[in-house]
Amino acid sequence: MAYETIKLVEDEGIATIVLNRAKQYHAFTPTMNKEIIAMLQALDRDEMIRAIVITGSGKAFCAGEDLGGVDDQTDHGEFLRTRYHPMVRAMRHVHKPIIAAVNGVAAGAGMSLALAADFRIVQRGAKFVSAFMNIGLIPDSGFIYFLPRLVGYAKALEIATLGETISAEEALALGLATKVVTKEDWEQEVKKFATQLARVPTKAFSLTKRYMHDGMHLPMDIVLEHEAQAQRIAGQTEDHQEGMQAFIEKRQPHFKGK
Amino acid sequence: MNKSCIRTSVEDDIGIIQLFRPHVANALNRSMVLEVVEQMEAFDQDKNVRVIVLKGNEKAFAAGADIEEMLHETALSFELQDPFRDWDRLLRIKKPIIAAVEGFALGGGFELALHCDLIIASEQAQFGFPEIKLGVLPGAGGTQLLTRAMGTRKALEWIWLGEFMSVKEAHTFGIVNRIVAPELVVEETIKLAKKIAKQAPIAVRLIKEAVIAAEDLSLQDGMKLERKNFYLAFDSADQKEGMRAFLEKRTPSFKGG
Repeated sequence: MAYETIKLVEDEGIATIVLNRAKQYHAFTPTMNKEIIAMLQALDRDEMIRAIVITGSGKAFCAGEDLGGVDDQTDHGEFLRTRYHPMVRAMRHVHKPIIAAVNGVAAGAGMSLALAADFRIVQRGAKFVSAFMNIGLIPDSGFIYFLPRLVGYAKALEIATLGETISAEEALALGLATKVVTKEDWEQEVKKFATQLARVPTKAFSLTKRYMHDGMHLPMDIVLEHEAQAQRIAGQTEDHQEGMQAFIEKRQPHFKGK
Repeated sequence: MNKSCIRTSVEDDIGIIQLFRPHVANALNRSMVLEVVEQMEAFDQDKNVRVIVLKGNEKAFAAGADIEEMLHETALSFELQDPFRDWDRLLRIKKPIIAAVEGFALGGGFELALHCDLIIASEQAQFGFPEIKLGVLPGAGGTQLLTRAMGTRKALEWIWLGEFMSVKEAHTFGIVNRIVAPELVVEETIKLAKKIAKQAPIAVRLIKEAVIAAEDLSLQDGMKLERKNFYLAFDSADQKEGMRAFLEKRTPSFKGG
């Protein structure tokens, strides 16, 4: 499949999806939603890939929906169901770690994209803007689900409704960003972080990702059962064997993601 | 043992049937249904089998029916062939049947799952009756069994729309007993089967008959049936063993007699 709106860069088990509509600050179009989904699914099947980075080329991370495609005939609900929800679900279903490398402004659904990722590395000077309410809309594309889980309800409501921008430093303080990196160190630090994730026992990672989010709204007994099942699965992986062996031999484990 | 459309095995006292037409996502055809039915009947008579497990593969339990097979049927050709008669035999199996559903259970595949007593499903399982999209309706019990499982309104909604039902929805409405991690569906199903296999087989069988009858009989008739089955249980060695073990404070060992 040839991609128009995104590019793929592969490097030592790390796949970087580069949003590639720089002139429009990588605003989403229906094609871009579809291409991101197709790419994520392909990367999830590719055994060589163990970590996925999503970033923007040039100045912006992602400016959200391309408002050029919105008019008074738009059914905003269907719009989400057909275009954005499949993308958010695809991100949740990907087994491998997804890192949003937020190189510039992440606004509207672009912020939602970053929130749906598993980790956010943010460049100094980049910012998050929940622009939705500025145009009389509600935050969408998973924003309402993810943000309170990441920063707590009170802060999430402020961010969603007051429309103030969040700097990289604030994002770090809120726990929204894992790390803030200067422009000079950007590529190197993103790669370092992705490499770290590409070396974790991927199956154990995917099980943790699968159950931790849901765990935030499920009763303890159900989560305990999920843990038991997930541990049964992890306990049968080669990586668990390797981890045990490395522990006994007092060396660093070398996980294969199986 | 392998037949043309299924694989079968016996693990301890669990009889396992795997639907095996992986190249067509286990789409049901008449040979497959007949093979399943005959194998279930064989397990039902097999003294070494106490519980039956029916499974597909990780992508599909069974995704619909073989459409080409019925493309040229007419009302009369169907009436004369009576192609669903094999399905009726499934309703007469006396041992517990547990379906392990991974992936899709659609149309006839969903109906097959609904013919089982219990359903264990993967977090990623999807159910649905897409028949409406082909201008028809479920024909192997879908309208009856889904309605009994989830009630009239929900059943109408699902069968009219023909959309995929998530496993969570299926669980909420009592169609699915347990949702488990996709990697563990078969393992957890076998575990559950073994638990049931440890119970007194005669009681298990009498319970199946009475509970299923509750959907058909008036309360009075249902009560009568339950009572007769309760009395019948007292003719079994398992009842003597169960009560003796209780008094002797030990674990009973049920032989199925």
